[in-house]
Parts: sequence; C-alpha cells; structure tokens
Amino acid sequence: MVSGRGHIEQAVRVWLPIGFFLVVALFPFYWMAITSIKPNSELYNKNVTPLIVYAPTLKHYVDLLTQSSFLLWTWNTMLVAVVSTAISLVLGTMLAYPLARMRFAGASLIAMTIAAIYLVPQPLLFIPLADIINRLELGNTLTAVILTYPTMLVPFCAWLLLGYFKTVPKELEEAARIDGASRVQTMWKIFLPLCTPGFISAGIFAFTLSQNEFLYALIFLTKSSVRTVPVGVIAELIRGDVFYWGQLMAGALLGSIPVALIYSFFVEHYVAGLTAGSVKA
Amino acid sequence: MPLSVLLDRQSVFSWLMMAAPLAFLAALVGYPFFYGILLSLEYRPVAHTGTFVGLKNFIADAHDAVFWRTALNTFIYTGVATLLKMVGGLGLALAMNQHFRMKNLVRALLLLPFIVPTVLSTVAWLWMLDPAFSVVNRLLVALGWPKPGPSWLGDPTLAMVSIIIINTWRGLPFYGITLLAGLQTVPSELYEAASIDGAGGWQRFRYITLPMLRPIILIVTLFSVIFTFADFQLVYVLTHGGPANATQLFATYAFDIAMGAGQLGLGASVALAMLPALALLIVALTIYLRRE
Repeated sequence: MVSGRGHIEQAVRVWLPIGFFLVVALFPFYWMAITSIKPNSELYNKNVTPLIVYAPTLKHYVDLLTQSSFLLWTWNTMLVAVVSTAISLVLGTMLAYPLARMRFAGASLIAMTIAAIYLVPQPLLFIPLADIINRLELGNTLTAVILTYPTMLVPFCAWLLLGYFKTVPKELEEAARIDGASRVQTMWKIFLPLCTPGFISAGIFAFTLSQNEFLYALIFLTKSSVRTVPVGVIAELIRGDVFYWGQLMAGALLGSIPVALIYSFFVEHYVAGLTAGSVKA
Repeated sequence: MPLSVLLDRQSVFSWLMMAAPLAFLAALVGYPFFYGILLSLEYRPVAHTGTFVGLKNFIADAHDAVFWRTALNTFIYTGVATLLKMVGGLGLALAMNQHFRMKNLVRALLLLPFIVPTVLSTVAWLWMLDPAFSVVNRLLVALGWPKPGPSWLGDPTLAMVSIIIINTWRGLPFYGITLLAGLQTVPSELYEAASIDGAGGWQRFRYITLPMLRPIILIVTLFSVIFTFADFQLVYVLTHGGPANATQLFATYAFDIAMGAGQLGLGASVALAMLPALALLIVALTIYLRRE
C-alpha cells in the first residue's frame, strides 16, 4: 500500500515537471488574453503589477472589429481553409486509394515522390511561385492561396490517408467485387464510408495548416480586402505608434480561437494524426 | 477489349485516378522547382525579363559576407533549437507517461503552442519582449535583475537566443506528444523483467526506453530539422533578420532580396543554397519512412 508520504512524493513527481511545462506553454496565451482586456492606462504604466488587470475593458476588441478589417480577414481565412482542405482531401484520396489497394508498376516510386514533396518546405518554392502567380494575374485574389495551399496539403493528406487506408480490412471490398461491383463502386460505396476517422484526422490537420500559413499569403495578398488573419494582423495592426498592443493581442487571441476550438473537439484524432507517421501501427 | 474491362485493370484504374492530383503537383510543385533553378541562373529584376548569367548569382553569394552569416545563423538556429526540443520533449514525454488525473486535459493544453497559428503566438512573444514594457524583464527586475533587464531583440546574441527559445517553445509539444505515444508502446513486461534483474531507474531508461524510442526520435528529429532549417515566419515577425543580420536565416534573406530588393534571380539562388542540406535530409527521411 502507498503511505501518505508516498502520495505526496508521487504528486510532486508528477506535478512539479508537468506544472513547469504547463506554465511555460500557457503563459504567452495568458499574457495575450490579459493584455487584450487592459485599458491603455494600465498597459503602459510601469508602476502597476503587470500580471493582473484592475479595470478590464473590451475597448480593444471593439476597436479591432470596427477600425480594422479583422472580420473580413477572418472570413477570408475560413473560406481559404475550408476550400483548400476540401480540395486536398479529394486529391489526397485519389492518390492514397490506388497506392493502398492496387498493385501496379511504379507504385512505390509514386509513394516516395509524394513523401518527398510533402517535405519540401515553402521557402524553396516561394520565389518562382510568386512569379508564376503574377504571370497568371492571380495576385491579390484568394484563388492564389487556394491554388497554392494544396501543394503542401495534398501530399500531406495523401500520406496520412495512405497510412489509414492500409489499416482498413479488405474483406468487405473483396466481397463487393465478387458480387460484381466495379472498382469505382467498391471504393465509393464500401471503402470510403469506413474511413471517416481518417478523413477527420487529415481534415483537421489540413485545416490548421491552412490557418497557420503565412509566407504565401504574405506574398500573394497585399490588399487589405483579401488578406488572411495572420497577414492582416502582422501587416496592418503593427503600426508605428506604441499604443496598439491591446488590439494586436485581441486580434491574436480571436485569430487563435477557431483552431483551438476545432482542435479541442477532435484532440484524439489530432493526436492520432500527429503520431501516425512516427509510431508503428 | 470493352472499356469496362480495361477500366477494371488495376494499373489503368490507378493511373486514371492519380492523373489529376499528379498533374496538379507537377504544375505547382515540379514546375516551380525547376523554374526556380532557372531563375537562379538569371539576372532577373522583378517585372523585367531575365538575362541568363550562368553561375554569377551563386558567385555573388559566395562573396557576400551576409550570405555566410546567414548560413552560420541557420545552422546554429537549427542545431540548438533541435537539441533543446529533443531533450525537453523527452522530458515532457517521461513526465506525461505517469498516472495522474486530468491527463487528457493536460495533454490538450500542452499542445496549444504547437497548434495555434505561429504568427499569432509569435506576436505575443514580440510583446512579451518589448523593449519598453517587456513582462519578462519586469519579472526579472522584480526578482533582483539590474534594471532595465536584457535587450532581448536588440542585442545580436540575445536575439538569436530569443528566436531559439521561441522556436523551442512552439515545437517542444510536438516532440513531447509524439514521444509519449512511443513510450506507451513499450511493453511494461520489459521494465518488470529488468527490475527483477535488478536494473535501476537510469539503467531501465538507458537500456530499454531509449533503444525502443530510437526510431521515433529519429523520424521526429529529421522532420523537425527540415522545417526549422527552412523557418521563416518566426524570424520575420520578431526581428526581420536583425539586428545587423544577426538572426537572418536562408528563408528571410531570400525573401529580403527577392521581395524587398526585387532581385528574383539572386533571391532564388539564396533559397536554392538550402537545397543540398534539405535534399540530404529529405532523402534520408523518405527512405526511412518507406522502410517502415
């Protein structure tokens, strides 16, 4: 049996390190939140304790929503994230299904190419892409980012779905084939409905990656009306004068909430997706 | 042969299905990649046509002190941040691999730095390290540090320390949660058997935990090295590569040259300077993933 002292020792061994990690991980968010509700008189006064707020105010939020295009940026971000996630799931499935289920020459070469493309970071491609987008006259349109985000998301979804597809038993499909279903029917009616959890994982990941994207949006979207939240916040809320931190933190917090909400509902899928590539099934 | 029979062939079905996504990737990844190589061999001011200049851009890079500073910065940033994330992530995973209440909540909270859009959390750090109102410095001063406290983003060395710390803050949960998933696959019988044989805590860690985790550590590290090496957003928001190029990375320097100064050819050559190291890493990881 564990004695009383054992309990305390146990609690210290768990909560001392966990507490440390939690404080470090969460402090910037606490600071974001508390800054966003402090009046300027407290924000820029060095004589009051910075860690608490004495007279909370929503002024920065009101200013953010009325004086900047924040709501429009949020709409743009959501639109881009939803459309590029949808495109990427469809195209990713079209790659992953044959690779998971069919035998054909060149399959392993294609699989390796897809993995390699996923690992190509954006800074290697952004200069030529900027020129291509210019020549297509797509600058300052959401189409520019809706077209380019899937370049990272398609290989990613394909890779993640490929892993998931391989774990689904083949018997149902074989039975459908024997009953005379075509390959397309088998895939569409039998196989894909079984893969909902895989699609949720890949979808959440693709969605958060789109929300997170900065470099392409920074280069392709230079007009306020087409900007996404990260670019809008950086390009328009950081201004010359000093008294903008309240609005900036309000924007950072509001911009983080959609991702945080979605992720908190699907955290199990998220963790499964995160570890899919690294832990043997 | 009737069409339906032809379509039923595995190879025909597969290539037909993969045609659209492969064409998409060829057009927007393959083509830009080779176009970037072509650009790097051109004198190409933005909005002008290019002139082929051979390797002149790369020769200019080789004579550019800032280029070498950038290369050094990138290797220091990647090396130190990766080491910190690996060690810290392992610590986090070991701490999480105990029995305690509210574990799922804790895990979700710890992952927040990794999932929140990087640019937005980095802005919070920018404010936390503000020259006049830094909360970090106000806490340090309250603990007895001489006023006004360190100039985090104004001093060249401290600016590098700052971006490394913030990159670690963001990436550590990824290591931690992935390694935790790995720890949970280690069969407890191994530990029990080792304990019976008289192995202590350190010996169990050294001879069971570490070897069992090795493949996961390798994959996570390769993965994170690639994206740390090519990092852009964090530095762009915090320091723009400054002060005096002390935190300039390949990606931010290429951006400055191509987007700031409008020299697409020279910028492309700086971006391509990442290719040898990246290619090695990507090939290593791809082969490893394939073998799994």
